[in-house]
Amino acid sequence: MDLFVFFIAAILVNNYVLHYFLGICPFLGVSKKIDSAVSMGMAVTFVMTITAVVTWMINHWILIPYHLDYLQIVSFILVIASLVQLVEMFIRKVSLPLYQGLGIYLPLITTNCSIMGLALLAAMNNYSFVKTVVFGLGSGLGFMLAIALMAGIREQLEHADVPEPLKGAGIALITAGIMALAFFGFSGMIK
Amino acid sequence: MDFIIPIITMSALGFILSIGLAFAYRKLRVKEDPTAEKIAELLPQANCGACGYSGCRAFAEALVKGEANPDKCSVGGEETANKISNILGVEAGGIIKKVARVHCRGSIKVTEKRGIYTGITTCHAAHLVGGNKQCFFGCLGFGDCVKACPFDAIYMSKEGLPVVKEDKCTGCGKCVDACPRNILELHPIDQEILVFCRSNDRGPTARKVCKNACIGCGICVRACPEAIVLENYLAKIIDYKKISPDKIPLIEKCPTNSIGRIHNKNEE
Repeated sequence: MDLFVFFIAAILVNNYVLHYFLGICPFLGVSKKIDSAVSMGMAVTFVMTITAVVTWMINHWILIPYHLDYLQIVSFILVIASLVQLVEMFIRKVSLPLYQGLGIYLPLITTNCSIMGLALLAAMNNYSFVKTVVFGLGSGLGFMLAIALMAGIREQLEHADVPEPLKGAGIALITAGIMALAFFGFSGMIK
Repeated sequence: MDFIIPIITMSALGFILSIGLAFAYRKLRVKEDPTAEKIAELLPQANCGACGYSGCRAFAEALVKGEANPDKCSVGGEETANKISNILGVEAGGIIKKVARVHCRGSIKVTEKRGIYTGITTCHAAHLVGGNKQCFFGCLGFGDCVKACPFDAIYMSKEGLPVVKEDKCTGCGKCVDACPRNILELHPIDQEILVFCRSNDRGPTARKVCKNACIGCGICVRACPEAIVLENYLAKIIDYKKISPDKIPLIEKCPTNSIGRIHNKNEE
């Protein structure tokens, strides 16, 4: 039961985009169409979950036993970069249009701070293995939820009568702010 | 000797991960347009975006399609631009006028309706709810391209498909950007053979929703395998120049009329 609450909390309450404000770059960059937003969300979820698993193993089996905690950031970056390469190859193979749709944001998952933040937070809070996996999956799904909602809103905004100066990035940022406020309402759910 | 363990750890980690990637690369490698590959290698790989594309790779693909000029890359400068135009120049053989062509023959006569659409009468709005045709890939028929054209070169036919007046078309690409379903595309004016369908549906589904849909039967591919391939149940011309004139009658055997000469349709 604890784990389930923890999972829901990772999706809704501690949402990476709308609570920690991490990973804003793809959140604004790839949220123009629901299709590519969901694909981006799935790519990030995949990378996050696998990152959580691999970084836990590296942290607990290599870094901590040999007192190499100071290598956390470097080794985590190595893992994340390799995983993103893998995802990139996979997406390119499976769907070239999707690959082109995600464009530069796909390799940029490497520098997506939400993934680094996930690995570091899990290490810092000393989560158990199962908890780390749940944390990674939940955070990824949270990111996917946020970016898919954002894309849905932005598709509708295409037809809205937005004042001239606010068109484009302006209204997108305002939307993101209002979404963050709305998600703030979830924080009462968990103590 | 404390520094040895971290060095070994990091090298081992890097080594293992790179072996994993190398293995994955073998499994997941994709063959791509060799020209785009060549051009991408010439570009500075700064991925700065100064050219207006999301990265060097995207710019290279745009160059191959003829959508961009080599001089757009300010990082590579004149030298790179010259090298690129050498590659492209050999293949393009001078400047040939490009015109927009319609990649759909799903007129209201041959497509099945899904329902009556009463929303905003633009393709963009209709696209959000899937349009009123059974086909999710074909022309929506609300004429966003007609409105976008600054030269009055497109009109809607009675059958609900856009028609490009090739003498007026300047190849500016405004209609290409306006179409939410990518029905329009710029092609050299001397290219006669085109695929008139965008449907990625499997054959039976495609056949059910539209009489002129590409059903992916592969007749044209067998006629000219070096120039035409099947991709997602849709014929795709990868190298028009390799279609020799004697192959054209074979290609025109297409059972659904979704590939063939462009001018056939205008004569009808």
